[in-house]
Amino acid sequence: MLPVVQLKGVTHAYLGDREASLAIEDLNLNVEKGEFVSLVGPSGCGKTTLLSIIAGLLQPSRGEVSVCGRLIQGPSPEVGYMLQQDYLFPWRTILDNALLGLELTGNLNAASRSKTLELLADMGLAGKEQAYPAQLSGGMRQRVALVRTLATDPGLLLLDEPFSALDYQIKLQLEDLVSETLRRRGTTAVLVTHDLSEAIAVSSRVILLQRNPGRIRRIFEVPEDIRSTPPLYARDLPGFAELFHEVWKEMELAGRESP
Amino acid sequence: MKSDEVNENPAPRELWLQQKHLDYKKKKRHWRSRVMAVRGSLLILFFLVWEAGARLGWIDELLFSYPTKVFRQIWEDMASGSLWPHLGMTVGETVVGFVLGTLLGTLLAVIIWWSPFLSAVLDPYMVVFNSMPKVALGPIFIVMFGAGFTAIVVTTLSITVIITTLVVYNSFCSVDPNLVKVVRSFGASRVQEFFKVILPASFPTVVSTLKVNVGMSWVGVIVGEFLVAKSGLGYLIIYGFQVFNFTLVMSSLLIIAAVATAMYQLVVYVEKLLLSRI
Repeated sequence: MLPVVQLKGVTHAYLGDREASLAIEDLNLNVEKGEFVSLVGPSGCGKTTLLSIIAGLLQPSRGEVSVCGRLIQGPSPEVGYMLQQDYLFPWRTILDNALLGLELTGNLNAASRSKTLELLADMGLAGKEQAYPAQLSGGMRQRVALVRTLATDPGLLLLDEPFSALDYQIKLQLEDLVSETLRRRGTTAVLVTHDLSEAIAVSSRVILLQRNPGRIRRIFEVPEDIRSTPPLYARDLPGFAELFHEVWKEMELAGRESP
Repeated sequence: MKSDEVNENPAPRELWLQQKHLDYKKKKRHWRSRVMAVRGSLLILFFLVWEAGARLGWIDELLFSYPTKVFRQIWEDMASGSLWPHLGMTVGETVVGFVLGTLLGTLLAVIIWWSPFLSAVLDPYMVVFNSMPKVALGPIFIVMFGAGFTAIVVTTLSITVIITTLVVYNSFCSVDPNLVKVVRSFGASRVQEFFKVILPASFPTVVSTLKVNVGMSWVGVIVGEFLVAKSGLGYLIIYGFQVFNFTLVMSSLLIIAAVATAMYQLVVYVEKLLLSRI
C-alpha cells in the first residue's frame, strides 16, 4: 500500500538578507497508514520546519513531498495541523470555532455539523458549545482545537507540540484522549515534541533528528506491547525506561556532536 | 477573641458584611455626586465670570460678548428658524465626511493589505500625504469641485482617509500570525483569510478609529466652511467675524461644541454596542 507521507530528498534553506541557513538536508521518510510517528531532536534540528513542509505551508527548497500519493503544493484538507497553543478565535463560540475548518473547505452542512457536535461531546465538551474560548480552561481549549482539526476528517494529522503548554496532569489525560481517538479513527499522525517519554508513550516510531543541518540520525521502533497500551500506562511497562535511556543517550550525543 | 465571637454567632458577621457593603456604596455615591457638583460649578463659574467681566468692563464686550447675549442670540435664531439650515448643512457635511472617510480609509487599507507589492509602492506617497497640512490643498479642491458641499466634504476626506488607512492597515498587520496559520492550514484562500481572521480580529481597532474620525471630520468641515461656504456654522463664524458681530461667533462656537459632543457620544455608544457582541 502507498505510504501516507512520502518525503524524497527534502532540503530546505531559510533565506534572509544577511545569510542563508540550511534547516533540513536531504531527508527521506515514509509514514505508513495508521502509523503514529514522533519527531524528536535538539532544538534547531528543523522539526517544526519539517512539519510545515508536510502541511504544505512551506515549499521545500528541493525535494518532493507527497501525501497519500499526491504531490503537496499547498495546504490541503487531507492534512490537519494542530499547533502548540489552541489559537481559538476569541470572537467565535466553541461550536463556531470547531466548525471553522468545515466552513473554510466549504463542507459545512447539517450532517457535518451534527458530527462535530458529537465529536465535541466525545471530548467531554457537551454543554460548552455556546461558550466563548475565554470561559474555558487551557485543557478544554486544546480539546476544542483538536475537534476543530478532526472535524474536516483529515487522513493525516500533524501535531506541533500540542501538549507542551498544558499542566502535567492535563497533558497526560489529553495524550490518552488523542492517541485513543486517532487509533479508533485510523488516522495517521506525525507528532513533533521535545518530551521523549511522551514520544515513546504515544507513537509507534520515534525519529531522532540532528541539527546543522537537520537530518535523520536514528529511528527507534517502539515495541508492540508499549505501542498498544494507552500512554499513561505504557510508561510503567518494562522496557519503557530502557528505550527512554537509549533515545536520551543518542540525543545527548547528537547535541554534543553538532553544537 | 474577636474571631471566636464571629464564629459562635454567624448572624452578626452577615450584618457586618452588609453594613460594610452599604458604607462602600454610599462612599462611592458620595464621591460621584461631589465630582458632578464641582463639574457643574466650574461651568457656572465660567459663565458668571464671563458675564461679570463683560458687564464690568474687565474684558471688551464687543470682542467677547457675554453669555446672556449669546444665549439670547441662539434662542432667537432657533425661534426664527434661521439657525436650522446652517446647522443642517454642517451636520450633513460632517456625517458624509465621517462615513465616507471611514469607509474609503478602510477600503484603502484592505487594498494595500491585499497586495504587499502595492503597499510597498504606495508607502512613501502615503507618508508624504499624511505629513502634509491638508488645509493647504483647500484652494485646489475649490477649483476642482466648486465652492460648496463637495469641496468641503473632499477637504474633510483629505484629513480623515489617510490616517484611517494607516491605523487600520497597521491593525491588519498586527493580527496574531498563528491565527492566520490556523486558517491557512485548512487551505483558506486570501479572501477567506481576510473575512475569517483579519477583519474580525481587527474589528475593535476599526471601530475605535471611528472616534478619532469624528473629531477629524469636524476639523475638516469647519476649515472647509471657512474657505468656501455660503452656509453652515463655519460660515457663520467667518461672517460674524467680518461684520464684527462676535455674539454670532460665540454662539456658533457654543453650538459646534454641543453638536460635536453629541455626535462623539453617539459614536462611543455605537462602539460599545458593536464591541459588546464580541
